[in-house]
Amino acid sequence: MSPRPYVEVTDLKKTFDVSKPWLNRVLEGAPRQYLKAVDGVSFDIRKGETFALVGESGSGKSTVARMVVGLLNPTGGEVTIDGISMTDPGQRAQRAKLRRKMQMVFQDPYASLNPRWRVDRIIAEPIRAFNVVEGEANIVARVGELLTLVGLHPDDGKKFPHEFSGGQRQRVAIARSLASNADFIVCDEPTSALDVSVQAQILNLMRDLQEKFGLTYLFISHNLAVVRHMATRIGVMYLGRLVEVSDAKEMFTHPRHPYTRMLLDAVPDLAMSGRARIPVAGEIPNPITPPTGCTFHPRCPLANERCKAENPLPINGVACHAVVEGRTLAHPVAA
Amino acid sequence: MALMADVLAPQDAFDPVALNLLDGFAHPMERGMGSNMLFVMGSDEQGRDIFSALFYGTRLSLLVGVASVIFSMVLGIGLGLLAGYLGGKIEMLIMRVADIQLSFPAILIALLIFGVARGLIPPQQYETTAVFVIIIAIGLSNWAQYARTVRASTLVERNKEYVQAAKLMGISGFGIMARHVLPNVMGPVLVIATINLALAIIEEATLSFLGVGLPITQPSLGTLIRSGQKFLLSGEWWILFFPAMMLVILALAINLLGDWLRDALNPKLR
Amino acid sequence: MSEPVISVRNLQVEFVTRRATLRAIDGVSFDIHKGEVLGVVGESGAGKSVTGAAIIGLIEPPGRISGGEILLNGRRIDNLSPEEMRKVRGRKVAMIFQDPLTSLNPLFRVGEQLVETIRTHLQMNERQARDRAVELLTEVGIPAPEKRIDGYPHEFSGGMRQRVVIALALCAEPDFIVADEPTTALDVSVQAQIISLIKKLGRERGMAVMLVTHDMGVIAETADRVAVMYAGRLAEIGPVRDVVQRPMHPYAKGLMGAIPTLEASTERLVQIPGSMPRLSSIPRGCAFNPRCADVFARCHVDQPLPLSVQGRQVACHLYENERLKTAEVAR
Repeated sequence: MSPRPYVEVTDLKKTFDVSKPWLNRVLEGAPRQYLKAVDGVSFDIRKGETFALVGESGSGKSTVARMVVGLLNPTGGEVTIDGISMTDPGQRAQRAKLRRKMQMVFQDPYASLNPRWRVDRIIAEPIRAFNVVEGEANIVARVGELLTLVGLHPDDGKKFPHEFSGGQRQRVAIARSLASNADFIVCDEPTSALDVSVQAQILNLMRDLQEKFGLTYLFISHNLAVVRHMATRIGVMYLGRLVEVSDAKEMFTHPRHPYTRMLLDAVPDLAMSGRARIPVAGEIPNPITPPTGCTFHPRCPLANERCKAENPLPINGVACHAVVEGRTLAHPVAA
Repeated sequence: MALMADVLAPQDAFDPVALNLLDGFAHPMERGMGSNMLFVMGSDEQGRDIFSALFYGTRLSLLVGVASVIFSMVLGIGLGLLAGYLGGKIEMLIMRVADIQLSFPAILIALLIFGVARGLIPPQQYETTAVFVIIIAIGLSNWAQYARTVRASTLVERNKEYVQAAKLMGISGFGIMARHVLPNVMGPVLVIATINLALAIIEEATLSFLGVGLPITQPSLGTLIRSGQKFLLSGEWWILFFPAMMLVILALAINLLGDWLRDALNPKLR
Repeated sequence: MSEPVISVRNLQVEFVTRRATLRAIDGVSFDIHKGEVLGVVGESGAGKSVTGAAIIGLIEPPGRISGGEILLNGRRIDNLSPEEMRKVRGRKVAMIFQDPLTSLNPLFRVGEQLVETIRTHLQMNERQARDRAVELLTEVGIPAPEKRIDGYPHEFSGGMRQRVVIALALCAEPDFIVADEPTTALDVSVQAQIISLIKKLGRERGMAVMLVTHDMGVIAETADRVAVMYAGRLAEIGPVRDVVQRPMHPYAKGLMGAIPTLEASTERLVQIPGSMPRLSSIPRGCAFNPRCADVFARCHVDQPLPLSVQGRQVACHLYENERLKTAEVAR
C-alpha cells in the first residue's frame, strides 16, 4: 500500500466569464459566454517527485497551477495538499500553516520581482511574513545563505533586480521561494523566458535543490524536451482536459494518446536521426466553442463517430476511445 | 527664497503701518517720494513695494498649491488604489463619481465648493479660514485625475507576478497595496502632481483674480494680478507685469522640477 | 560554384549612445547561395537580428553600418540611398517577422494587402493581382483561398496568419528572404508546419533564406548551413549536420550540450557559467574568454579570426595548430 500522495487534485474545474460588456450584450443580443479553461482535471503528486503538466497555449496548464497554490478559486473540484483541503472553508487555519510550505516560481523573471525593492528585501519578505527566523541579524544571515545556495554572492542582496540578467533574476526568485523552507514548489514555465545556456543553469540548479531538500515540484511547461529532462511523471493537457498521464520514460518511448504522439512528432529533431513522423494537422480550436465529444477529434487521425459524440474518460491514465478500443493507425514507418 | 519672505523682503508690504502713501505709483528702479526707498519693481497705488509683495504672494501661492496637491493626491491615490485593487461595486462607485467630476471644469467645482463653504462659515471667521477653504476647494476639484491614473496602474500591477508571489506569502490586501503596488504606481502620479501643482497655483490665481479667493489682506499672486489689472490701461504696467511673470516662471520651474524628480526616483536610471 | 545571392563581407554595425559607441556587429562575413537556407543562431544580444536588419537596410539611427559591405547578386546594397533601398526591399529582398499579428494591418482585408503589395512591385491590373494573390495563398497552404482572401487578419488563427505573412513576403518573387524568429510566437504543433513550409518554399523557388532564431531545433530541421553568433561575432559557421552534432568552438559545444533533447535523458545538462556580456563591456581578445573552459593566455589578447577547419570556419585560437597541420598535410 503506497502512502497517501502529497498533492491530490480531483475533478478540478474552472470557468471564466468572457461575455462582452452588458451594454454590448443588450445591443447585439449576444448571449453570455463562458470559457471552460479547466474541465475535470484529476492527478496526484507524490512527495519528492516532479510532476509536469505540458500543453500548448490555451490548454489550461497555468490555470491548474494557480488553482493548486490557491491564487485562483476553482469553479469545482478539490485540491488537497498534505491532507489539507485548499478549497474547504472549514480548514482555513490549517491552510494558513500550509502556505509557508508551498511557493511558486513564475515565468517572467522581470515581472516577478518588485522593481523598487532591493534583492535582500525581496528574499526577506517571506521570512518576515512567516516569522521563519527572528531578529534582524538572523534574517540578514539567512538571506546571505539563500543567495549563496542559488549561486549568487551575499553582496548581491544590495542590488536592485534590474541590475541582474534574466537568469540571475530567476535565481533570486528561486531563493525567495525557498526562503520560507517550502517543500512544494510550483514552477510555471520557469525557463521559457531564458536563453538556452542560462536555461541549462537554472534547470541544473532546480535539480540540485530538489536532491538537497527533497523538494516536490509541479512543473508547468510547453517545452517537451525540458519536461523530459526534469519530470518523473507527466500529464498532457489539451483544451482544459488532461488527455494522458504517465511515467516520464513511458511517455517518451510509448506515447499512447494520439495528441501526445502528435506533440512528440512536432518537436524539432536535433539529432537528425530521420525518425519517422506523422505530420501535424490543424490548429487548436477556439476554446469558447470547443468541439463536441473528444475535443481533439477534428485533428485526430483515429477519430470515428463515437469520438465526435462522447467525451472519453481517463482509463489507465489515457482519455481516448481509440486506445481503449485498440484502434490503431498504421504508423508510417515504412513511408 | 519666497519661503523666507519675512526676512528678505525690503518692506513688510502688507502691514499698513509700513506703507507710505506718498510712495504710490513709483516706477521700477525709482526712489519713493515719501520714504526715499528704492522700488526695484515699482510700487502700487498705496506705495506698496511690488518686489516685496511678490515674495509674500509667491509664498502664499506655493503654500496653497502644495497643500491642495497633497490633499487631492492623498484622496485620489487612496480611492484609486481601493478601486483598482478591490474592483466590483466599490470600483464602479468611485470611478463613476470621478467621471462625473471630470466632466465639469475643475475651476467650476472649486467655485462651487468655495461658495458653499463661504455660506457656512460666519463672516468674522472668514479671513482666518479662507486659506484652508481654498486649499480644500482646489484639492477636491482635482482628485479624480489621480484616482483614474492610480486605478489604471493598479490594475496592471495587480496582475504582475510579484504581487501574486506576495499573495502566496499570505500578505494582506492592505499590505500588498501599501508596500508593493503603491511604490510602483507613484511614477505617473508624480508626473501628474507636478503638472497639477502648477495648475493648482494658476487655479488659485484665477479664483483670487475672480475675487472669490483670498482676501486682499492675504494676497497671493492672483490677488496681486487682480489689483494690478486695474492700472494696466492707465500706464502703471509694472503692477500687473511682475506678478504675472512670477506666475509663469513659477509654473515653468515646477514642471522642470517634476521631470527631474521622476528620473531621480526611478531605480533603473540611478 | 555560382555567385552567391547574398554576400556579407566583414560587416560592422555600431550604435551611438550618449555614453559610448557600442559595436553590435563586429566583422561578420558569410554567403548564402540560391536555394540555400542559412540558419543564424545565438542567444539574446548575440546580434543575429541586427545582422538581418542590416542586410535588409532597416538599421535606424542611432545605429549605423560602420564597415564592411553587403552584396546582392554581386551589387553593393549597403550604401544605397533610402529611396533606392526601398525599391530593392520588397522587390528583391523581403522579411518575415516574429509576430504575425503586428505584421498585418488589422484594418484591411488580407486580399487588399496582398494585391496592394503585388501591384506596387509588379505590372499587373487588379484582376491579375487578385488571381496571383489566390495562387500565393494556395502555395502557402491556406485552405479555400478564394474565400479566405476576403477575410480580415483577426479571422485567421496564429499559424494561418503567419502563412499570410509569408505569402506577403513572396508577392514580388524576391531572391532573398530574412525570416526573423518566424516560429517563436507559435505553438509547437503549428511551428512544425511553418518550418516545413519555409523549407519547401526555399527549395522550390530557389530563394536564399536567412533564418534567424534562438531555437537550435528549428535550425536543425530547416537549415543547410548554420552560423553561431556570440556577442556580435561569428563563432562558427558550417554545414548544419557538422556544427550541430560535432561543434568545434567551445561556445557552440556548450550551447549544444545545454539543450535538453527528447532522445537522451542525461542527468545534468552541460552548463556554460555566466552569461553573454553586455555590448558596453565586451572583454578584450576573444569575447567568450571569461566563460570558456579551454581559455589560454592568447585569448585575452588577440581577437580570433575565422579559421577554415574541417569544412567550416571557426573563430577560436585552439584550432590555430590544427589548421597549420592540415595545411602541411595538404602540401
